[in-house]
Amino acid sequence: MLNRITNIFIMSITLAFMTMPTHAVTPKEPLWPSLKIEYFGDKAIRENASDLLVIEAPKRAEDAAIVPISVKSLVPQTADKYIKNIHIVIDNNPEPYSANFTLSPELGLINISTRMRIDQYTFVRAIAEMNDGSLHMVSRFVKASGGCSAPAGKDAAAALARLGKMQIRMRKPTIGKPVQAQVIVSHPNYNGLQFDQASRRYIQAHYVTNININYNDKSLISVKTGISVSEDPSIRFTFIPTETGVLKAVIKDSKNQEFSYSKEI
Amino acid sequence: MQKLLHILALLTLGLSTSSYGCNYPIKEVTSGIYYHQGLHQDASESNIGAIANVGFIVGERCVAVIDTGGSYLEGTYLRQAIKKQTDLPVCYVINTHVHPDHTFGNAAFKDDNPEFIGHEKLPAALAARQSFFAKTFKETLGKSYEGTEFIAPTLTVSTEHPLTVDLGNRPITFTAYKTSHTDHDLTVFDNKTKTLWTGDLLFIERIPVMDGSINGWLTTMEQLQTLDVDYLIPGHGVAGSDKWQQGLANQLRYFNVLRDGIRDIIADLGTIDEASKQVGLKEKQYWKLFEQYHRRNVTASFVQLEWE
Repeated sequence: MLNRITNIFIMSITLAFMTMPTHAVTPKEPLWPSLKIEYFGDKAIRENASDLLVIEAPKRAEDAAIVPISVKSLVPQTADKYIKNIHIVIDNNPEPYSANFTLSPELGLINISTRMRIDQYTFVRAIAEMNDGSLHMVSRFVKASGGCSAPAGKDAAAALARLGKMQIRMRKPTIGKPVQAQVIVSHPNYNGLQFDQASRRYIQAHYVTNININYNDKSLISVKTGISVSEDPSIRFTFIPTETGVLKAVIKDSKNQEFSYSKEI
Repeated sequence: MQKLLHILALLTLGLSTSSYGCNYPIKEVTSGIYYHQGLHQDASESNIGAIANVGFIVGERCVAVIDTGGSYLEGTYLRQAIKKQTDLPVCYVINTHVHPDHTFGNAAFKDDNPEFIGHEKLPAALAARQSFFAKTFKETLGKSYEGTEFIAPTLTVSTEHPLTVDLGNRPITFTAYKTSHTDHDLTVFDNKTKTLWTGDLLFIERIPVMDGSINGWLTTMEQLQTLDVDYLIPGHGVAGSDKWQQGLANQLRYFNVLRDGIRDIIADLGTIDEASKQVGLKEKQYWKLFEQYHRRNVTASFVQLEWE
Protein backbone atom coordinates (compact mmCIF):
# COMPACT_ATOMS: atom_id res chain seq x y z
CA MET A 1 0.00 0.00 0.00
CA LEU A 2 2.72 2.43 1.02
CA ASN A 3 4.46 1.57 -2.22
CA ARG A 4 1.40 2.52 -4.17
CA ILE A 5 1.10 5.85 -2.40
CA THR A 6 4.76 6.54 -2.98
CA ASN A 7 4.29 5.70 -6.65
CA ILE A 8 1.33 7.98 -7.04
CA PHE A 9 3.15 10.69 -5.17
CA ILE A 10 6.22 10.41 -7.38
CA MET A 11 3.96 10.38 -10.42
CA SER A 12 2.20 13.55 -9.35
CA ILE A 13 5.48 15.30 -8.64
CA THR A 14 6.85 14.24 -12.02
CA LEU A 15 3.71 15.40 -13.79
CA ALA A 16 3.80 18.65 -11.89
CA PHE A 17 7.28 19.30 -13.22
CA MET A 18 6.40 18.21 -16.72
CA THR A 19 3.48 20.60 -16.91
CA MET A 20 5.01 23.47 -14.98
CA PRO A 21 4.85 26.53 -17.19
CA THR A 22 8.17 28.29 -17.61
CA HIS A 23 7.82 31.96 -18.29
CA ALA A 24 10.88 33.03 -20.18
CA VAL A 25 13.96 31.77 -21.84
CA THR A 26 16.56 31.46 -19.12
CA PRO A 27 20.16 30.96 -20.12
CA LYS A 28 21.65 27.78 -18.70
CA GLU A 29 25.28 28.87 -18.14
CA PRO A 30 26.54 32.16 -16.76
CA LEU A 31 28.27 33.91 -19.63
CA TRP A 32 30.14 36.59 -17.70
CA PRO A 33 33.41 34.67 -17.02
CA SER A 34 34.01 34.18 -20.74
CA LEU A 35 32.72 37.65 -21.69
CA LYS A 36 35.09 39.21 -19.14
CA ILE A 37 38.08 37.55 -20.81
CA GLU A 38 36.81 38.43 -24.29
CA TYR A 39 36.39 42.15 -23.54
CA PHE A 40 38.94 42.85 -20.79
CA GLY A 41 41.53 40.09 -21.15
CA ASP A 42 43.24 39.14 -17.90
CA LYS A 43 42.77 42.54 -16.24
CA ALA A 44 41.33 42.42 -12.72
CA ILE A 45 37.85 43.90 -12.28
CA ARG A 46 36.72 45.02 -8.84
CA GLU A 47 33.14 43.78 -8.43
CA ASN A 48 30.29 45.45 -6.50
CA ALA A 49 32.03 48.83 -6.77
CA SER A 50 29.00 50.53 -5.20
CA ASP A 51 31.25 53.11 -3.49
CA LEU A 52 32.06 54.50 -6.95
CA LEU A 53 29.08 53.78 -9.22
CA VAL A 54 25.33 53.21 -9.19
CA ILE A 55 23.53 51.43 -12.02
CA GLU A 56 19.77 51.76 -12.40
CA ALA A 57 17.54 49.58 -14.54
CA PRO A 58 13.95 48.39 -14.14
CA LYS A 59 13.57 44.99 -12.42
CA ARG A 60 11.62 43.84 -15.44
CA ALA A 61 12.07 44.93 -19.05
CA GLU A 62 8.59 46.40 -19.49
CA ASP A 63 9.04 46.81 -23.23
CA ALA A 64 11.79 44.56 -24.60
CA ALA A 65 12.60 47.21 -27.21
CA ILE A 66 13.10 50.09 -24.74
CA VAL A 67 14.78 49.49 -21.38
CA PRO A 68 16.14 52.64 -19.69
CA ILE A 69 19.60 52.15 -18.11
CA SER A 70 21.31 54.83 -16.00
CA VAL A 71 24.81 55.01 -14.53
CA LYS A 72 25.81 57.57 -11.91
CA SER A 73 29.16 58.15 -10.26
CA LEU A 74 29.46 58.91 -6.55
CA VAL A 75 32.93 60.46 -6.77
CA PRO A 76 33.43 63.72 -8.71
CA GLN A 77 35.66 63.70 -11.78
CA THR A 78 38.93 65.55 -11.10
CA ALA A 79 41.91 66.13 -13.38
CA ASP A 80 43.96 63.66 -11.29
CA LYS A 81 41.38 60.95 -10.82
CA TYR A 82 38.46 60.40 -13.13
CA ILE A 83 36.39 57.80 -14.90
CA LYS A 84 37.77 57.65 -18.41
CA ASN A 85 35.32 55.11 -19.82
CA ILE A 86 32.13 53.31 -18.87
CA HIS A 87 31.56 50.03 -20.69
CA ILE A 88 28.02 48.60 -20.77
CA VAL A 89 27.73 44.81 -21.10
CA ILE A 90 24.38 42.99 -21.39
CA ASP A 91 25.34 39.35 -20.89
CA ASN A 92 22.55 37.58 -22.76
CA ASN A 93 22.00 39.96 -25.64
CA PRO A 94 23.00 38.80 -29.15
CA GLU A 95 25.99 41.18 -28.96
CA PRO A 96 26.68 41.64 -25.22
CA TYR A 97 29.17 44.52 -25.52
CA SER A 98 26.60 47.28 -25.91
CA ALA A 99 28.25 50.68 -25.44
CA ASN A 100 31.51 52.37 -24.51
CA PHE A 101 31.21 55.90 -23.10
CA THR A 102 34.41 58.00 -23.16
CA LEU A 103 33.98 60.73 -20.54
CA SER A 104 35.64 64.09 -20.03
CA PRO A 105 37.26 64.81 -16.66
CA GLU A 106 35.35 68.11 -16.77
CA LEU A 107 31.91 66.52 -16.51
CA GLY A 108 31.75 66.80 -12.72
CA LEU A 109 29.64 63.90 -11.43
CA ILE A 110 28.77 61.32 -14.07
CA ASN A 111 25.06 60.91 -14.68
CA ILE A 112 24.31 59.22 -17.98
CA SER A 113 21.40 57.19 -19.24
CA THR A 114 20.42 55.45 -22.42
CA ARG A 115 17.85 52.90 -23.68
CA MET A 116 18.62 49.30 -24.61
CA ARG A 117 16.90 46.26 -26.11
CA ILE A 118 16.64 43.38 -23.66
CA ASP A 119 14.63 40.33 -24.69
CA GLN A 120 15.63 37.75 -22.06
CA TYR A 121 16.69 37.47 -18.42
CA THR A 122 20.12 39.02 -18.12
CA PHE A 123 22.69 40.81 -16.06
CA VAL A 124 23.35 44.38 -17.18
CA ARG A 125 26.85 45.56 -16.19
CA ALA A 126 28.56 48.93 -16.05
CA ILE A 127 32.34 48.72 -15.86
CA ALA A 128 34.15 51.97 -15.05
CA GLU A 129 37.69 52.32 -16.37
CA MET A 130 39.63 54.93 -14.38
CA ASN A 131 42.36 57.14 -15.83
CA ASP A 132 44.88 54.85 -14.06
CA GLY A 133 43.48 51.89 -16.02
CA SER A 134 41.80 50.15 -13.06
CA LEU A 135 38.37 48.55 -13.63
CA HIS A 136 35.34 48.73 -11.29
CA MET A 137 31.99 47.07 -11.92
CA VAL A 138 28.37 47.32 -10.77
CA SER A 139 25.55 45.21 -12.18
CA ARG A 140 21.79 44.73 -12.13
CA PHE A 141 19.65 41.76 -13.03
CA VAL A 142 16.79 42.49 -15.43
CA LYS A 143 13.92 40.07 -15.99
CA ALA A 144 12.47 39.60 -19.45
CA SER A 145 9.22 41.25 -20.40
CA GLY A 146 6.05 39.19 -20.51
CA GLY A 147 3.68 38.56 -23.37
CA CYS A 148 4.44 39.44 -26.93
CA SER A 149 6.88 42.30 -26.39
CA ALA A 150 9.45 41.75 -29.14
CA PRO A 151 12.70 43.72 -29.49
CA ALA A 152 11.62 44.60 -33.05
CA GLY A 153 10.50 48.15 -33.75
CA LYS A 154 6.82 49.05 -33.69
CA ASP A 155 6.57 51.12 -36.83
CA ALA A 156 9.57 50.66 -39.13
CA ALA A 157 8.11 52.99 -41.78
CA ALA A 158 7.73 55.87 -39.31
CA ALA A 159 11.26 55.38 -37.95
CA LEU A 160 12.77 55.35 -41.43
CA ALA A 161 10.72 58.37 -42.53
CA ARG A 162 12.31 60.55 -39.88
CA LEU A 163 15.81 59.00 -40.08
CA GLY A 164 18.46 61.44 -38.93
CA LYS A 165 16.10 63.91 -37.30
CA MET A 166 17.71 65.06 -34.02
CA GLN A 167 16.83 66.87 -30.82
CA ILE A 168 18.80 68.35 -27.94
CA ARG A 169 16.42 68.80 -25.05
CA MET A 170 17.38 70.81 -21.95
CA ARG A 171 16.35 73.66 -19.68
CA LYS A 172 18.03 77.04 -19.91
CA PRO A 173 21.24 76.47 -17.95
CA THR A 174 22.99 78.66 -15.41
CA ILE A 175 26.71 79.10 -16.11
CA GLY A 176 28.73 77.07 -13.63
CA LYS A 177 25.78 74.92 -12.47
CA PRO A 178 25.15 71.30 -13.54
CA VAL A 179 22.41 70.94 -16.15
CA GLN A 180 20.77 67.87 -17.60
CA ALA A 181 20.57 67.47 -21.38
CA GLN A 182 19.28 64.81 -23.73
CA VAL A 183 20.44 64.01 -27.24
CA ILE A 184 18.06 61.90 -29.36
CA VAL A 185 18.39 60.85 -32.98
CA SER A 186 15.66 59.18 -34.97
CA HIS A 187 17.10 55.98 -36.41
CA PRO A 188 15.60 52.49 -36.93
CA ASN A 189 18.80 50.88 -35.55
CA TYR A 190 18.28 47.61 -37.44
CA ASN A 191 20.37 45.00 -35.65
CA GLY A 192 20.85 42.68 -38.64
CA LEU A 193 19.15 39.79 -36.85
CA GLN A 194 15.78 40.12 -38.54
CA PHE A 195 15.11 37.52 -41.20
CA ASP A 196 13.12 38.46 -44.28
CA GLN A 197 11.01 35.45 -45.32
CA ALA A 198 10.36 36.83 -48.80
CA SER A 199 14.02 37.27 -49.83
CA ARG A 200 15.29 34.46 -47.53
CA ARG A 201 17.93 36.90 -46.31
CA TYR A 202 18.71 38.81 -43.16
CA ILE A 203 17.74 42.48 -43.26
CA GLN A 204 21.04 44.34 -43.40
CA ALA A 205 22.19 45.84 -40.11
CA HIS A 206 21.89 49.62 -40.07
CA TYR A 207 22.56 51.21 -36.72
CA VAL A 208 24.16 54.16 -34.98
CA THR A 209 27.85 53.48 -34.21
CA ASN A 210 29.05 56.77 -32.69
CA ILE A 211 27.49 59.59 -30.72
CA ASN A 212 29.84 62.49 -30.00
CA ILE A 213 28.75 65.34 -27.76
CA ASN A 214 30.94 68.47 -27.64
CA TYR A 215 30.75 71.80 -25.87
CA ASN A 216 32.59 74.62 -27.64
CA ASP A 217 34.43 71.95 -29.67
CA LYS A 218 35.71 70.14 -26.57
CA SER A 219 34.46 66.56 -26.21
CA LEU A 220 32.18 65.95 -23.22
CA ILE A 221 31.05 62.43 -24.02
CA SER A 222 31.71 60.18 -26.97
CA VAL A 223 29.88 56.88 -27.17
CA LYS A 224 30.58 53.86 -29.34
CA THR A 225 27.25 52.10 -29.65
CA GLY A 226 26.34 48.56 -30.69
CA ILE A 227 23.19 46.79 -31.82
CA SER A 228 21.71 46.54 -28.29
CA VAL A 229 20.84 50.23 -28.37
CA SER A 230 17.11 50.91 -28.92
CA GLU A 231 15.55 52.43 -32.00
CA ASP A 232 15.87 56.25 -31.88
CA PRO A 233 19.03 56.24 -29.69
CA SER A 234 18.91 58.58 -26.69
CA ILE A 235 21.73 59.77 -24.42
CA ARG A 236 20.84 61.77 -21.34
CA PHE A 237 23.72 63.33 -19.38
CA THR A 238 24.64 66.05 -16.93
CA PHE A 239 27.37 68.63 -17.57
CA ILE A 240 28.51 72.01 -16.24
CA PRO A 241 28.67 74.81 -18.83
CA THR A 242 31.56 77.05 -17.68
CA GLU A 243 30.82 79.75 -20.27
CA THR A 244 28.22 80.43 -22.94
CA GLY A 245 28.72 78.42 -26.07
CA VAL A 246 27.47 75.72 -28.40
CA LEU A 247 26.46 72.19 -27.44
CA LYS A 248 26.84 69.97 -30.49
CA ALA A 249 25.98 66.32 -31.12
CA VAL A 250 27.38 64.39 -34.09
CA ILE A 251 26.00 60.96 -34.95
CA LYS A 252 27.53 58.38 -37.29
CA ASP A 253 25.91 55.14 -38.40
CA SER A 254 27.05 51.82 -39.87
CA LYS A 255 26.39 53.06 -43.43
CA ASN A 256 28.75 56.00 -42.78
CA GLN A 257 25.90 58.49 -42.71
CA GLU A 258 26.52 61.49 -40.44
CA PHE A 259 23.96 63.69 -38.71
CA SER A 260 24.57 66.66 -36.44
CA TYR A 261 22.65 69.14 -34.37
CA SER A 262 23.70 72.16 -32.29
CA LYS A 263 22.17 74.25 -29.58
CA GLU A 264 23.46 77.61 -28.37
CA ILE A 265 23.40 78.13 -24.64
CA MET B 1 -5.53 6.21 3.92
CA GLN B 2 -8.30 6.12 1.35
CA LYS B 3 -8.64 9.87 1.78
CA LEU B 4 -4.93 10.47 1.28
CA LEU B 5 -5.02 8.45 -1.92
CA HIS B 6 -7.94 10.48 -3.09
CA ILE B 7 -6.17 13.76 -2.44
CA LEU B 8 -3.04 12.56 -4.22
CA ALA B 9 -5.07 11.41 -7.21
CA LEU B 10 -6.81 14.78 -7.39
CA LEU B 11 -3.49 16.55 -7.10
CA THR B 12 -2.16 14.48 -9.99
CA LEU B 13 -5.18 15.24 -12.13
CA GLY B 14 -5.18 18.91 -11.35
CA LEU B 15 -1.55 19.28 -12.28
CA SER B 16 -1.53 17.17 -15.38
CA THR B 17 -4.57 18.31 -17.32
CA SER B 18 -4.85 21.68 -18.96
CA SER B 19 -7.95 23.83 -18.54
CA TYR B 20 -9.17 22.51 -21.91
CA GLY B 21 -9.21 18.99 -23.30
CA CYS B 22 -12.62 18.40 -24.89
CA ASN B 23 -14.08 21.49 -23.31
CA TYR B 24 -13.48 24.39 -25.71
CA PRO B 25 -16.63 26.50 -25.45
CA ILE B 26 -17.91 28.35 -28.51
CA LYS B 27 -20.69 30.96 -28.39
CA GLU B 28 -22.91 32.13 -31.22
CA VAL B 29 -22.77 35.95 -31.25
CA THR B 30 -25.45 36.30 -33.93
CA SER B 31 -26.65 34.18 -36.83
CA GLY B 32 -23.69 32.21 -38.25
CA ILE B 33 -21.03 34.00 -36.18
CA TYR B 34 -19.22 32.06 -33.48
CA TYR B 35 -16.37 32.89 -31.12
CA HIS B 36 -14.33 31.45 -28.29
CA GLN B 37 -13.56 34.01 -25.60
CA GLY B 38 -9.91 34.09 -24.51
CA LEU B 39 -8.89 34.13 -20.85
CA HIS B 40 -7.60 37.30 -19.21
CA GLN B 41 -4.24 35.68 -18.44
CA ASP B 42 -0.74 35.61 -19.87
CA ALA B 43 -0.05 32.68 -22.19
CA SER B 44 1.13 29.53 -20.42
CA GLU B 45 1.31 25.80 -20.98
CA SER B 46 -1.79 25.20 -18.87
CA ASN B 47 -3.98 27.71 -20.75
CA ILE B 48 -2.49 26.57 -24.12
CA GLY B 49 -2.11 30.23 -25.08
CA ALA B 50 -5.91 30.55 -25.47
CA ILE B 51 -6.01 34.16 -24.26
CA ALA B 52 -7.44 35.96 -27.31
CA ASN B 53 -10.87 35.85 -28.94
CA VAL B 54 -10.95 33.61 -32.00
CA GLY B 55 -13.86 32.42 -34.13
CA PHE B 56 -15.52 31.96 -37.47
CA ILE B 57 -18.26 33.08 -39.86
CA VAL B 58 -20.32 30.46 -41.72
CA GLY B 59 -21.60 31.29 -45.22
CA GLU B 60 -23.59 29.10 -47.64
CA ARG B 61 -20.46 28.10 -49.53
CA CYS B 62 -17.67 28.10 -46.95
CA VAL B 63 -16.27 29.31 -43.63
CA ALA B 64 -13.95 32.20 -42.73
CA VAL B 65 -11.80 31.80 -39.60
CA ILE B 66 -10.81 34.97 -37.78
CA ASP B 67 -7.63 34.44 -35.77
CA THR B 68 -6.44 30.95 -34.99
CA GLY B 69 -5.41 30.95 -31.34
CA GLY B 70 -2.28 31.05 -29.23
CA SER B 71 -0.90 27.60 -30.06
CA TYR B 72 -1.18 24.85 -32.63
CA LEU B 73 -3.19 22.96 -30.01
CA GLU B 74 -5.74 25.75 -29.71
CA GLY B 75 -5.93 25.88 -33.51
CA THR B 76 -6.91 22.18 -33.58
CA TYR B 77 -9.63 22.79 -30.94
CA LEU B 78 -11.00 25.64 -33.03
CA ARG B 79 -10.95 23.42 -36.14
CA GLN B 80 -12.93 20.74 -34.24
CA ALA B 81 -15.42 23.35 -33.01
CA ILE B 82 -16.05 24.43 -36.63
CA LYS B 83 -16.57 20.78 -37.64
CA LYS B 84 -19.29 20.51 -34.97
CA GLN B 85 -21.21 23.39 -36.59
CA THR B 86 -20.73 22.67 -40.29
CA ASP B 87 -19.10 20.39 -42.84
CA LEU B 88 -18.49 23.31 -45.21
CA PRO B 89 -14.82 23.89 -46.05
CA VAL B 90 -12.69 26.64 -44.51
CA CYS B 91 -11.84 28.94 -47.42
CA TYR B 92 -10.31 31.94 -45.60
CA VAL B 93 -8.11 32.20 -42.52
CA ILE B 94 -7.68 35.81 -41.42
CA ASN B 95 -4.99 37.00 -39.02
CA THR B 96 -5.98 40.39 -37.58
CA HIS B 97 -2.29 40.99 -36.66
CA VAL B 98 0.97 39.14 -35.88
CA HIS B 99 0.72 38.54 -32.12
CA PRO B 100 1.11 34.91 -31.04
CA ASP B 101 -2.34 34.63 -29.41
CA HIS B 102 -3.92 35.41 -32.81
CA THR B 103 -1.66 33.50 -35.24
CA PHE B 104 -0.07 30.45 -33.61
CA GLY B 105 -2.99 28.15 -34.55
CA ASN B 106 -2.60 28.79 -38.31
CA ALA B 107 -1.05 25.37 -39.01
CA ALA B 108 -4.23 23.61 -37.81
CA PHE B 109 -5.93 24.89 -41.00
CA LYS B 110 -3.23 23.89 -43.49
CA ASP B 111 -5.19 20.81 -44.63
CA ASP B 112 -8.12 23.05 -45.61
CA ASN B 113 -5.81 24.78 -48.07
CA PRO B 114 -7.41 28.18 -47.37
CA GLU B 115 -6.39 31.65 -48.50
CA PHE B 116 -4.48 33.17 -45.53
CA ILE B 117 -5.34 36.86 -45.29
CA GLY B 118 -3.58 39.73 -43.51
CA HIS B 119 -2.58 43.39 -43.68
CA GLU B 120 0.01 44.28 -46.33
CA LYS B 121 2.56 44.86 -43.55
CA LEU B 122 1.89 41.53 -41.81
CA PRO B 123 4.61 39.63 -43.74
CA ALA B 124 7.28 42.14 -42.64
CA ALA B 125 6.02 42.11 -39.04
CA LEU B 126 6.17 38.32 -39.01
CA ALA B 127 9.71 38.30 -40.44
CA ALA B 128 10.89 40.75 -37.79
CA ARG B 129 9.43 38.81 -34.86
CA GLN B 130 9.41 35.19 -35.92
CA SER B 131 12.70 34.02 -34.42
CA PHE B 132 12.02 35.88 -31.18
CA PHE B 133 8.52 34.40 -30.86
CA ALA B 134 9.79 30.89 -31.62
CA LYS B 135 12.51 31.07 -28.99
CA THR B 136 10.32 32.61 -26.27
CA PHE B 137 7.04 30.78 -26.78
CA LYS B 138 8.58 27.33 -27.13
CA GLU B 139 9.35 27.69 -23.45
CA THR B 140 6.20 29.63 -22.44
CA LEU B 141 3.80 27.17 -24.06
CA GLY B 142 5.70 23.92 -23.54
CA LYS B 143 3.84 20.98 -25.05
CA SER B 144 1.03 23.08 -26.53
CA TYR B 145 3.62 24.80 -28.77
CA GLU B 146 4.33 21.54 -30.62
CA GLY B 147 3.19 21.77 -34.24
CA THR B 148 3.08 25.59 -34.25
CA GLU B 149 4.21 27.06 -37.57
CA PHE B 150 4.58 30.62 -38.82
CA ILE B 151 2.35 30.94 -41.88
CA ALA B 152 2.48 34.23 -43.76
CA PRO B 153 -0.59 35.55 -45.60
CA THR B 154 -1.16 34.39 -49.18
CA LEU B 155 -3.33 37.45 -49.86
CA THR B 156 -2.76 40.88 -48.31
CA VAL B 157 -4.97 43.94 -47.94
CA SER B 158 -3.69 47.51 -48.39
CA THR B 159 -4.79 50.48 -46.30
CA GLU B 160 -6.16 52.18 -49.46
CA HIS B 161 -8.35 49.35 -50.68
CA PRO B 162 -10.63 47.31 -48.41
CA LEU B 163 -11.30 43.84 -49.83
CA THR B 164 -14.67 42.06 -49.93
CA VAL B 165 -15.01 38.30 -50.42
CA ASP B 166 -18.14 36.14 -50.48
CA LEU B 167 -18.67 33.09 -48.26
CA GLY B 168 -21.84 32.24 -50.23
CA ASN B 169 -24.64 34.78 -49.84
CA ARG B 170 -22.46 36.32 -47.14
CA PRO B 171 -20.06 39.09 -48.21
CA ILE B 172 -17.37 39.98 -45.66
CA THR B 173 -15.09 43.01 -45.89
CA PHE B 174 -11.46 43.30 -44.73
CA THR B 175 -10.15 46.75 -43.82
CA ALA B 176 -6.47 47.47 -43.19
CA TYR B 177 -5.55 50.33 -40.84
CA LYS B 178 -2.66 52.74 -40.45
CA THR B 179 -0.44 52.07 -37.41
CA SER B 180 -2.67 51.65 -34.34
CA HIS B 181 -2.41 48.65 -31.95
CA THR B 182 0.32 47.42 -34.35
CA ASP B 183 1.47 48.68 -37.77
CA HIS B 184 -0.65 45.99 -39.46
CA ASP B 185 -4.16 45.80 -37.93
CA LEU B 186 -6.98 44.31 -40.00
CA THR B 187 -10.71 44.22 -39.20
CA VAL B 188 -13.37 41.88 -40.61
CA PHE B 189 -16.95 43.09 -41.20
CA ASP B 190 -19.88 40.78 -41.86
CA ASN B 191 -22.19 42.93 -44.01
CA LYS B 192 -25.25 40.74 -43.47
CA THR B 193 -25.41 41.08 -39.66
CA LYS B 194 -23.32 44.27 -39.33
CA THR B 195 -20.83 42.43 -37.12
CA LEU B 196 -17.32 43.84 -36.74
CA TRP B 197 -14.31 41.76 -35.64
CA THR B 198 -11.83 44.35 -34.43
CA GLY B 199 -8.88 42.14 -33.52
CA ASP B 200 -6.83 43.97 -30.87
CA LEU B 201 -8.02 47.41 -31.95
CA LEU B 202 -10.36 46.89 -28.99
CA PHE B 203 -9.66 45.31 -25.60
CA ILE B 204 -12.56 44.97 -23.16
CA GLU B 205 -11.74 44.41 -19.43
CA ARG B 206 -8.15 43.33 -20.18
CA ILE B 207 -5.68 46.23 -20.32
CA PRO B 208 -4.92 47.17 -23.94
CA VAL B 209 -1.30 46.76 -25.07
CA MET B 210 0.22 49.35 -27.37
CA ASP B 211 2.60 47.78 -29.91
CA GLY B 212 2.07 50.38 -32.65
CA SER B 213 1.33 54.08 -32.29
CA ILE B 214 -0.55 55.78 -29.45
CA ASN B 215 -1.62 58.69 -31.66
CA GLY B 216 -2.57 56.42 -34.55
CA TRP B 217 -4.60 54.13 -32.31
CA LEU B 218 -6.51 57.04 -30.74
CA THR B 219 -7.45 58.25 -34.25
CA THR B 220 -8.56 54.74 -35.26
CA MET B 221 -10.68 54.39 -32.08
CA GLU B 222 -12.49 57.61 -32.94
CA GLN B 223 -13.16 56.21 -36.44
CA LEU B 224 -14.52 52.97 -34.98
CA GLN B 225 -16.98 54.96 -32.86
CA THR B 226 -18.60 56.36 -36.00
CA LEU B 227 -19.17 52.99 -37.73
CA ASP B 228 -22.65 51.52 -38.18
CA VAL B 229 -22.13 48.29 -36.23
CA ASP B 230 -24.70 46.07 -34.49
CA TYR B 231 -22.44 43.37 -33.05
CA LEU B 232 -18.76 43.53 -32.19
CA ILE B 233 -16.14 40.93 -31.33
CA PRO B 234 -13.13 42.57 -29.65
CA GLY B 235 -9.65 41.00 -29.57
CA HIS B 236 -10.09 40.38 -25.85
CA GLY B 237 -13.20 40.47 -23.65
CA VAL B 238 -16.86 39.76 -24.17
CA ALA B 239 -18.51 40.00 -27.63
CA GLY B 240 -22.07 41.10 -28.37
CA SER B 241 -24.26 44.08 -29.13
CA ASP B 242 -24.22 46.09 -25.91
CA LYS B 243 -20.80 46.05 -24.19
CA TRP B 244 -18.48 47.36 -26.86
CA GLN B 245 -19.60 51.01 -26.88
CA GLN B 246 -18.56 51.41 -23.23
CA GLY B 247 -15.45 49.30 -23.91
CA LEU B 248 -14.37 51.62 -26.69
CA ALA B 249 -15.02 54.68 -24.50
CA ASN B 250 -12.91 53.11 -21.71
CA GLN B 251 -10.03 52.40 -24.06
CA LEU B 252 -10.14 55.94 -25.46
CA ARG B 253 -10.11 57.35 -21.93
CA TYR B 254 -7.13 55.16 -20.95
CA PHE B 255 -4.94 56.25 -23.84
CA ASN B 256 -5.97 59.90 -23.52
CA VAL B 257 -5.00 59.82 -19.82
CA LEU B 258 -1.67 58.26 -20.81
CA ARG B 259 -1.00 60.74 -23.59
CA ASP B 260 -1.88 63.82 -21.51
CA GLY B 261 0.23 62.64 -18.55
CA ILE B 262 3.24 61.71 -20.68
CA ARG B 263 3.11 64.96 -22.67
CA ASP B 264 3.26 66.91 -19.39
CA ILE B 265 6.29 64.95 -18.21
CA ILE B 266 8.09 65.31 -21.55
CA ALA B 267 7.41 69.07 -21.53
CA ASP B 268 8.99 69.14 -18.06
CA LEU B 269 12.05 67.23 -19.41
CA GLY B 270 11.14 64.20 -17.31
CA THR B 271 12.20 60.61 -17.93
CA ILE B 272 10.50 57.33 -18.88
CA ASP B 273 11.08 56.17 -15.32
CA GLU B 274 9.27 59.18 -13.86
CA ALA B 275 6.40 58.77 -16.33
CA SER B 276 5.93 55.10 -15.53
CA LYS B 277 5.81 55.89 -11.79
CA GLN B 278 3.26 58.72 -12.16
CA VAL B 279 1.06 58.48 -15.23
CA GLY B 280 -2.33 56.76 -15.32
CA LEU B 281 -2.10 54.95 -11.98
CA LYS B 282 -5.80 55.60 -11.25
CA GLU B 283 -6.65 53.49 -14.29
CA LYS B 284 -5.66 50.39 -12.32
CA GLN B 285 -9.20 49.90 -10.99
CA TYR B 286 -10.62 49.55 -14.51
CA TRP B 287 -8.30 46.97 -16.06
CA LYS B 288 -7.26 43.34 -15.60
CA LEU B 289 -3.49 42.63 -15.87
CA PHE B 290 -2.79 46.34 -15.27
CA GLU B 291 0.44 45.62 -13.33
CA GLN B 292 1.81 43.50 -16.17
CA TYR B 293 1.26 45.93 -19.04
CA HIS B 294 0.64 49.50 -17.92
CA ARG B 295 4.28 50.53 -17.46
CA ARG B 296 5.05 49.01 -20.81
CA ASN B 297 2.37 51.15 -22.47
CA VAL B 298 3.83 54.23 -20.81
CA THR B 299 7.36 53.34 -21.96
CA ALA B 300 6.34 52.65 -25.54
CA SER B 301 4.16 55.78 -25.75
CA PHE B 302 6.84 58.00 -24.19
CA VAL B 303 9.42 57.37 -26.92
CA GLN B 304 6.80 58.19 -29.58
CA LEU B 305 5.50 61.37 -27.97
CA GLU B 306 9.09 62.63 -27.67
CA TRP B 307 8.96 63.27 -31.43
CA GLU B 308 5.84 65.42 -31.51
